Amino acid sequence: MRPSARAITLTVVSFAAVLITSYLIWVGWDATTGDPQTTLAPLSENARAVDDVYTLITILAGLVMIGVLTLTLAFAIIFRERPGREAQQIHGNPRLEVFWTLIPVIIVVAIAVPSFQVIVDTTGDAPDDSLEVVATGNQWWFEFEYPGLGVVTANELHLPVDRPVNVELRAGDVIHSFWVPQLSGKVDMVPGHNNRLWFTPEETGEYLGQCAEFCGTSHANMRFRVFVQTQEEFDQWVAEQAADALPAEGELAVAGEGIATTICAACHVIRGTNAAGQLGPDLTHFGSRTTLASGMFPNDTENLRAWLADPPDVKPGSKMPNLNLSDEQLDQLIAYLQGLD
Amino acid sequence: MATAAGTLPAVQEESTLWTWLTTVDHKKIGAMYGVSGFAFFLIGGLEALLIRTQLAVPNGTVIDADRFNQLFTMHALTMIFLAIMPLGASFFNYFLPLMIGARDVAFPRLNALSFWVFLAGALLLSSSFIFGGAPDGGWFAYAPLSAEEFLPGSGLDFYVVGLLILGTSSLMASLNFAVTVINMRAPGMSMMRLPVFIWMMLVVNFLLILSLPVITVALIQLLFDRNFTTNFFTPSEGGDPILWQHLFWVFAHPEVYVLILPSMGIVSEVLPVFARKPLFGYSAIVFAGVAIAVLGFAVWSHHMFTTGLDTVPQVVFSASTMAIAVPTGIKIFNWLGTLYGGSIHFNTAMYFAVAFIALFTIGGLSGVMHASPPVDSQQQDTYFIVAHIHYVLFGGAIAGIFAGIYYWFPKMTGRFLDETLGKLNFWLLFIGMNITFFPMHFLGLSGMPRRIYTYDSDLGWDTWNMVATVGSYILGIGIIVFLINFFWTMRKEPTASNNPWGAATLEWATTSPPPEHDFDVIPEVRDRDPLWYDRDHGIEQPEPQPGVHIHLPPPSYFPLLMGLGVLLLGVGVLSHLALTALGAVIIVYSVWGWALEPTD
Repeated sequence: MRPSARAITLTVVSFAAVLITSYLIWVGWDATTGDPQTTLAPLSENARAVDDVYTLITILAGLVMIGVLTLTLAFAIIFRERPGREAQQIHGNPRLEVFWTLIPVIIVVAIAVPSFQVIVDTTGDAPDDSLEVVATGNQWWFEFEYPGLGVVTANELHLPVDRPVNVELRAGDVIHSFWVPQLSGKVDMVPGHNNRLWFTPEETGEYLGQCAEFCGTSHANMRFRVFVQTQEEFDQWVAEQAADALPAEGELAVAGEGIATTICAACHVIRGTNAAGQLGPDLTHFGSRTTLASGMFPNDTENLRAWLADPPDVKPGSKMPNLNLSDEQLDQLIAYLQGLD
Repeated sequence: MATAAGTLPAVQEESTLWTWLTTVDHKKIGAMYGVSGFAFFLIGGLEALLIRTQLAVPNGTVIDADRFNQLFTMHALTMIFLAIMPLGASFFNYFLPLMIGARDVAFPRLNALSFWVFLAGALLLSSSFIFGGAPDGGWFAYAPLSAEEFLPGSGLDFYVVGLLILGTSSLMASLNFAVTVINMRAPGMSMMRLPVFIWMMLVVNFLLILSLPVITVALIQLLFDRNFTTNFFTPSEGGDPILWQHLFWVFAHPEVYVLILPSMGIVSEVLPVFARKPLFGYSAIVFAGVAIAVLGFAVWSHHMFTTGLDTVPQVVFSASTMAIAVPTGIKIFNWLGTLYGGSIHFNTAMYFAVAFIALFTIGGLSGVMHASPPVDSQQQDTYFIVAHIHYVLFGGAIAGIFAGIYYWFPKMTGRFLDETLGKLNFWLLFIGMNITFFPMHFLGLSGMPRRIYTYDSDLGWDTWNMVATVGSYILGIGIIVFLINFFWTMRKEPTASNNPWGAATLEWATTSPPPEHDFDVIPEVRDRDPLWYDRDHGIEQPEPQPGVHIHLPPPSYFPLLMGLGVLLLGVGVLSHLALTALGAVIIVYSVWGWALEPTD
C-alpha cells in the first residue's frame, strides 16, 4: 500500500515537531557543560574515555528517541478516526518482528563494545609512577593522606598536573563516594573494602567534588575541592604541609593555642603540639585551607566564628558539638587557627 | 448468602460497613485496594511536593536535613509499596476473574487476608511519622548506615517491620493470583488467549514469588543486626555491607518490573480497543514480557557499578542489562504497530496509553545510557537517575494506571469519568511531568547528587530546580482535577452498557458494574479477542438456565481478624512484646476459626 500524500505530510510535520523539541532539549543539555561540577567537560584521560562512550550512547539514544516519538506522534494523527476509515485487522508480521528485534540488538552491541573497552582500560592498575593518595570518607568530611610525604589534610586535595594519581578509597564509618566529575567517575568508599581509582589531571585549576552516596544527615554538606597545580607549586605545598604546626604568635593566638591543645585536642591532630585526637580533621595547617566544614563556606573569620560557636547549627548532625565557647575564647581560637598556615 | 439464583439479574448485596469488612468478593477487595492505594498515592505526592518546595531555591529553609531525609525515604517507600503496587493489585483483583471468565479468585478468603495485611503494613509504616520519626536511610537502607549506631531512632525498625508485613501480603496475593490464572480460566481460554494484562500480571506474580523471599531474609538479618547484635552487615564486626546491597537489589530490581509490567499490560489492553484493531504481535509482546522478567533477575548489580565491582562482573551485568533493551524495544515497536492502520478513537484513556509509549521510551533510553558502567560512574546517584526512574514510574507506571482508571471506570462503577475534565487532567499531568522531570537530566549531568537537602547557588542548578518545582505543582493541580472528576462522576447516575468501548475481552461481556457472581453463565472462549470473534461470527452467549445453582464463597471476618493479629505482631516488635504475643494468639485463633468455617 502506497502511503497517501496526507500521511507523508503529517509524518514530516511530526518529524519536524520532534526535531524542534529535541533541539530545545539539546540546548538545555549542552548548557550544563559550563557548570562548575559538570560531568560533561572532562579534564583527564579516563574521564574523557567515559565521556566519549557517553557521547556515543547519547547520540544513538537521541536518534532512537526521535524515531519513536516521530512515529508515535505521526501514527496518532494519521490514524485518528475519520468518517469512512476502517481499521486494518492485522494481527502481526513475523518479518517485522525479526527486523525490530535486530535494531535494538545492533544498537546494544554498538554501545556495549566501547563500554567494555573503557571498563578494561580504566579499572586496571594505575601506572607505576602514580602519586599515592589515601582518601577516607567520614560523616561528613574527607581526609586526604599522602603516604610517604608525611602530609595529612582534609577536604582539599592537592595534585600535581600530568602525573597519574592512584587514590585508595576508605571509609571511616558508613559508605561514601569519591566523585570529582571533571576528573573521574565516582567510586564508592566502602568500609572493609579496598576500592581505588586512578586518573591523570591535565590542567591546573580548582575542581569541585562531592559525596555521591547517601550517608546520613549532612550528606548534602559533604563536599571537597581538588587543586591541580604545577609540579613546583605542588612540591612547595607538600613541604609546607609536611612541617609541624607554626607556633602561636601574639597574645590572642597563644591563648587560643591553650584552648586548642586542651579542648580541641580531644578530637583533632595538630602536629608539633600535644593535640593528637583522631576523630576530626587534622588541623596542623588549617589556616592554609580555603574552605570550612567540608567545603560548605569560605574559610574566613566570620564563617569560622559561626562554625566554632555552634557547629551543628551550621552543619546539621555535625559530630563536633557546641563547645559553649565564650566570645573571648572564640577570638583567641580564631587567631590561633588562622595562624596555622 | 451463599448462593445466587442463576436466572436472576444481579441483586446487589446491600453495602454496609460490615459487608465490606467481611467481604471475600474480588471486586470489593479490588476497590479497597484501589481507594487505599490512591490515598497513599496522594500522601506520597504531598511528600514529593514538600521535597520540591525545599529544593526550589538554593539553601532552602523549608524543612531541615533530618526531615528531608525522612521525606525522600518515605516518598519512595510510599509510592512503590503503598501506591503503585496496590493500584496494580487493585486492577488485578477486580479484573483477573472477569477477564478469564471466572467467578472469583482461587482462594477468596486468602485474597481478603492479603488486603488486610497490606493495610496493616501500610498503616504501620506510615505511622512512623507520628511515632518517633519515619525511616531516614533511603528506601534501599544501605548498611552500615542502617545500623543502630548511625541511625538510632525507630525509623529503620518501622522500615523493617513494615516491609516484612507488606511482603507477606504480596506473597499471599501472588500465589493466589498465579493459581487462579493457571487453574480457573474459562473453557477455551488457553494460555495464548489470555489477555496481555493477565499475562503481564502473571509474570509479576512470579517475580514477587521468587524475589520476596530474598528481601525477607535480608530484612530479618537487618532486624537482628539492629536489635540482637548479630553482624551480618556491620564491617567493624566482620560483616559486609555489600552483602546487603546484593540481597536488596536481587529483590529490588525485579521489583522495578513489578511496578512497570502491570502498566505495560494495561496499555496493551487499551491501545487495541481504541485503535479498533487487534494487538499487533500478541505473542511477541507476551514473550518479551517474560524475557524482561527472566533477564530482570540477572541484572541487579547494575545498581552497584560504583561499589568497586571488578572488571568481569561489570561487563557481565552491563551486558545483561543492555540485553533488556531488546525485549523492551520489541514491546514499543509492537505498540506502534497496533496504532498503525487503526481508526483511533481518542479519549482520555487513549491519551494516557499513547503518552505511555512516548514517556516510557524516554525513560527506557536513559536507562540504556547508564547500563554502560563508565557512563554510570558519572550518572549514578545523580539527578539523572531521578529523571530516569520518574520517566519510567510516572511516565510509565502511573500513566498506565491512569489509562486503566479511565478505561475500566465504567465497568467498575457503571459511570463514565468526565472527558473534558479527563483531558484537562491528562494535559496537566503530561506537561507537569515533563517540566518536573526532564530538567532533572540536566541537573544530573551538571553534577547534582540525589538525596541532598540543600545546594549552593554557584553551581548552575538554580534555574532547573525552580523549573522542576513549578512542574511538580502543575502535577499537583492535575491530580486535584482528577479528584474533582472522580467525586463529580460518582454523583452521576450509572449509564454504562455492558461494553461501551466495544472492547474484546471478557470483562465487557457482563453488566457494568458486574453482579456479585460476575457472569450469569461462564462464557466460552473461541479466540484471543473473544467478544470481537463472537460479534463477527454472530455467536450469542447462551442464556442462563433456570434453577442453576451458582456457588459463591460466604463472607468471613477471619481475614480481617488475622490482619489485625499481624498488625499487633508488628506493633509489638516495635513497642512491647506482650502485644506480639497477643497478635500471635489472635492469628492462631483466626487460623482455627478459618479452617473450621463452613464454606457453603
